[in-house]
Amino acid sequence: MDVVADAALVDYYWLRLTTFLPLGGALLMLLFSERSAGDQLSMKRFALGVSLATFLVSLVLLAKFDPSLDGFQMVEETEWLGLLTFKLGVDGLSLPFVLLTTFLMPIVFLASWGVETRVKEYMIAFLILETLMIGVFVALDIVLFYLFFEGGLIPMFLIIGIWGGKERIYAAFKFFLYTLLGSLLMLVAMLYMIHVAGSSDIEQLLAHRFSSDPFSVAGLYIPAGIQGLLWLAFFASFAVKMPMWPVHTWLPDAHVQAPTAGSVVLAAVLLKMGGYGFLRFSLPMFPVASATFADLVFVLSVVAIVYTSLVALMQEDIKKLIAYSSVAHMGYVTMGIFAANQQGVDGAVFQMISHGFISGALFLLVGVIYDRMHTREISFYGGLVNRMPVFAVVMLLFTMGNVGLPGTSGFVGEMLALVGAFQADSLVALVATTGVILSAAYMLWLYWRVVLGALENPKLADIKDMNAREIACVAPLAAGALILGVAPGYALDLFQPAVERLLEGYDAALAAAGVEHAIQLSAAAADLLGAK
Amino acid sequence: MDWAYLAIVFLPLLGAVVAGFFHRATGEFGAQLLTTVLVFAAAILSWATFFQFSGGGVGEAHAAEGAGHAEAVAKVYKVVIADWIVSGDFEVAWALRIDALTATMLIVINTVSALVHMYSIGYMEEDKAKPRFFACLSLFTFAMLMLVTADNFVQLFFGWEGVGLASYLLIGFWWHKPTANAAAIKAFVVNRVGDFGFALGIMGIFLVFGSVEFDTVFAAAPDQVGQSFAVFGGEFDILTTLTFLLFIGAMGKSAQLFLHTWLPDAMEGPTPVSALIHAATMVTAGVFLVVRCSPLFELAPDTLWFVTVIGASTAFFAATVGLVQHDIKRVIAYSTCSQLGYMFFAAGVGAYEAAMFHLFTHAFFKALLFLGAGSVIHAMHHEQDMRRYGGLLKVTPVTALMMLIGTLAITGVGIPLTTIGFAGFLSKDMIIETAYASPNAGHLYAFWIGVGAALMTSFYSWRLWFKTFLGTYRGDHHTLEHAHESPQVMLIPLYVLAAGAVLAGMVYYDLMVHHGASAFWGTSIFHAEGNTVLDDAHNVPKWVKAAPFVAMLIGLFGAALFYIWAPWIPDALARRHAGLHAFLINKWYFDELYDLIFVRPSMWLGRLLWRRGDGSVIDGAINGLAMGVVPAVTAAAQRAQSGYIFRYALVMILGILAMVTWFILERSS
Repeated sequence: MDVVADAALVDYYWLRLTTFLPLGGALLMLLFSERSAGDQLSMKRFALGVSLATFLVSLVLLAKFDPSLDGFQMVEETEWLGLLTFKLGVDGLSLPFVLLTTFLMPIVFLASWGVETRVKEYMIAFLILETLMIGVFVALDIVLFYLFFEGGLIPMFLIIGIWGGKERIYAAFKFFLYTLLGSLLMLVAMLYMIHVAGSSDIEQLLAHRFSSDPFSVAGLYIPAGIQGLLWLAFFASFAVKMPMWPVHTWLPDAHVQAPTAGSVVLAAVLLKMGGYGFLRFSLPMFPVASATFADLVFVLSVVAIVYTSLVALMQEDIKKLIAYSSVAHMGYVTMGIFAANQQGVDGAVFQMISHGFISGALFLLVGVIYDRMHTREISFYGGLVNRMPVFAVVMLLFTMGNVGLPGTSGFVGEMLALVGAFQADSLVALVATTGVILSAAYMLWLYWRVVLGALENPKLADIKDMNAREIACVAPLAAGALILGVAPGYALDLFQPAVERLLEGYDAALAAAGVEHAIQLSAAAADLLGAK
Repeated sequence: MDWAYLAIVFLPLLGAVVAGFFHRATGEFGAQLLTTVLVFAAAILSWATFFQFSGGGVGEAHAAEGAGHAEAVAKVYKVVIADWIVSGDFEVAWALRIDALTATMLIVINTVSALVHMYSIGYMEEDKAKPRFFACLSLFTFAMLMLVTADNFVQLFFGWEGVGLASYLLIGFWWHKPTANAAAIKAFVVNRVGDFGFALGIMGIFLVFGSVEFDTVFAAAPDQVGQSFAVFGGEFDILTTLTFLLFIGAMGKSAQLFLHTWLPDAMEGPTPVSALIHAATMVTAGVFLVVRCSPLFELAPDTLWFVTVIGASTAFFAATVGLVQHDIKRVIAYSTCSQLGYMFFAAGVGAYEAAMFHLFTHAFFKALLFLGAGSVIHAMHHEQDMRRYGGLLKVTPVTALMMLIGTLAITGVGIPLTTIGFAGFLSKDMIIETAYASPNAGHLYAFWIGVGAALMTSFYSWRLWFKTFLGTYRGDHHTLEHAHESPQVMLIPLYVLAAGAVLAGMVYYDLMVHHGASAFWGTSIFHAEGNTVLDDAHNVPKWVKAAPFVAMLIGLFGAALFYIWAPWIPDALARRHAGLHAFLINKWYFDELYDLIFVRPSMWLGRLLWRRGDGSVIDGAINGLAMGVVPAVTAAAQRAQSGYIFRYALVMILGILAMVTWFILERSS
């Protein structure tokens, strides 16, 4: 860049530092020798220290970020080897996810204290993963985005495949192939976009208006034309990542086989890449197609909510139950995004952050008892409250969060997404709202079977309550879920202006193309009401 | 007074937090004492608040004749605390709203809660988890206070769900009992069915009014009369739809017919919980919601008809089931359900004041009956089956006297055609009179059922008292030897509630439903133009006024006949009408029906979608389509060491690098 504002000149170092500090840590980790238990401990401490430092640096980003400004901030652009444009920057839509990632990673390392095999590789994998995840959210070049987006698959593949459970190989391949196959279509779409727009710069792509004139190929009608095809290609990738029904089946397997820390990262951050993708690409770059296909997304979302909630009800494995519950909760996110109004999108982003805290904590809690008993069978447990009162209280808190009890962050996201969807399509919101009944049923039933009741299994007689480290892992998440439940403004203020601008552009594009916006339904309803 | 309002709501929360998390520091007794004292403080402040609206004191309110208290009309105090959820036009604040309606709820909640806290010190003496119990009681109180002080629908929903959580925790307080856990879940999930309607109602209100704040919504409501939604291929009247959805929520919380099944099971919780949550306060939240939304309901006659029918039908249904139950708490639970039905049909016929008046008096005598029953249960070492009671008058005379007062109050004993009588005499008879006087659809159905249910109320209430305290003891003698009257800490709350059961009706009749009513309630209750039911109710024919009294007498003599003079009749009747008896004792088979049409199909569907949907269809299709290679790959990989994973990863890295290279070349070309 030739012209860079003075402040930004200094600022972008912070962004670069946040993104690559973990990678630097991973490189330094190579120097560690792994001979004794003491070495392992120092590696764990080092990784934790790096992630904490990254979190602190990301707080500087938060301090320097001004939500009211239009466009991207702390932008840096470097040509790399004359081939790859290295462009980073954040806006209100990406910063919350950067912070979510940096906030969670220290917890992930703290939760990995019990790892004993291949500790060095484990720590390196997670550190690299952190850089790649942050990279996805800060990349402002589509090639770079793709690199981070797909690159993240590899450490996760290794984490499941090496440190996972008995069926880890199957689960790792299923995870990898599902997500990669989804991405291949996106790859083709990206190539086309670069070709048409003449740039891989996301800022320029956002400004480019892709054709939305419908056409027919070999008798097949393509609504929304080029935009429709591009939208579908991106959708293939993001829908698998979310995951949306019916391409969700990789998630329960991956969760069940992944080690605790892997599950936490998967649920809390990796799933959010799909939602972020919709907000960064689908909605602003293909607005006409988004409006055209909104109904498709609505249908898949409500099917996800009802279907996976029912499936969650019958699970026999704790992790699987929570994994299915994640799919249901992501249904609210997709529904909110494509409602394409302020409440819907606000709710979707908020729900993603909230779900990061709540599902992350639920997976940590499953890890707590798995570490002790080496089983996730629900029927094995029962009556844990008798021996583990602290666990019982913490589990109750996150159970209620997952159920969407007001006062927890789970409520705010769900409620806003539903309010948004109700304006776009009342029937969709009606069906989606049944999720509040089903989630109460499966979560409370789980809580009963695992925590409440008399302690009947003799193997549980000596089970120990959560230790200080385990409590330290969930405490920040509990604080987050409660604070954001009572004062969601701390998060909303960060991304709301960006959502507002996103929707302004979206509405303008639709108006230009003369396409009905979902929200016009409610406007039409209002007209109808006002008109007597 | 801002600080006082804040203190009323947040003192119980403070108590809950300290008792819940810091009881090691305060000690067990410290936690009990602290929570109790804090709620007592909140109760005193609540009464002070109430007197602000009632005009400083009882005497003055009596003197008030309409115009005398005009300044109370628009009294609404608001304390805005902070923003909660703000998204576009969707703006929700944390705020307290105090008006006459809220003030009435405040005294009901805090008075009963304070007494129940005190009573529990004695009742829970042998329990090992006292701090948890008191923390939950105080948490409940806080949530309930948030509910009634809400200034918008979403905060009301916060309190609504908060009391649901506290109710869940307290019903399942003895978590080693599977029945208690099942009852706790049932209560939460059935309430969620109601909340489903409530939440949709809130969304609809925002869609129509662009706000969820009471004042804005209520002010704009008249503009929506006659307007309709065009959704789902039909036309739906806006106000009817919205109020109907809100009422679904009310039905769940207040255990009305079809969503009532959780309330009897909720008796698994300790008895003080039943008194506070499942009799005096939480279950009346639905009535409160309807009254709070009177500006909407008044404009939706079709919904009012529905409210009347559901309320009256519940009053009837629950009373019939109450006739035959053996568990002392279940009898009172069905009685509560039935009395809530009265409150609803009072609202349905447009007499919101009468509904609130009955809510107010009912809190005293129903809490009295529950705590009295608790005193009996405490004396009898947790025996709850009335078939094993009898003759307890000698063992627990004070409790027997207190329950007698409660029974006189609920059955409505008083001097006909005057306003002298026990609390229920004034409030329940008022409801029956309004049902007769109202022009609303369904009012006569409600009237006749109201009279009939009054008969049954009298029968089952006296049956309870006779079976428990008169006759000869029928249980095992070991229990009787250890039976004892309860300690003073449990009896004093009974005395206070008994005083309320005797006086609440007479003292507040004028203020709440007669001359002082319009001045007292002010703008907190809305009447559609032409709704004069409250005045008309005072001028109904004499036979209407006397009808509930006669019904009460018939019930009383019936009960005396069945359980004192000719105790062989009930068994003979039950044998002769075995089918009917089974129908009643099995609560009209609602549980079995719901199990058949909701629970089992859900589980069956869940299993089907999981095994067949996810397993065979989706995985089958996708594996077949895209993962044909996987079995071969995994077979090879599983035989190999896990180190091989690295090699695959390397291949992947190379693959991705190749793709990116392609990208870059494509772009540079």
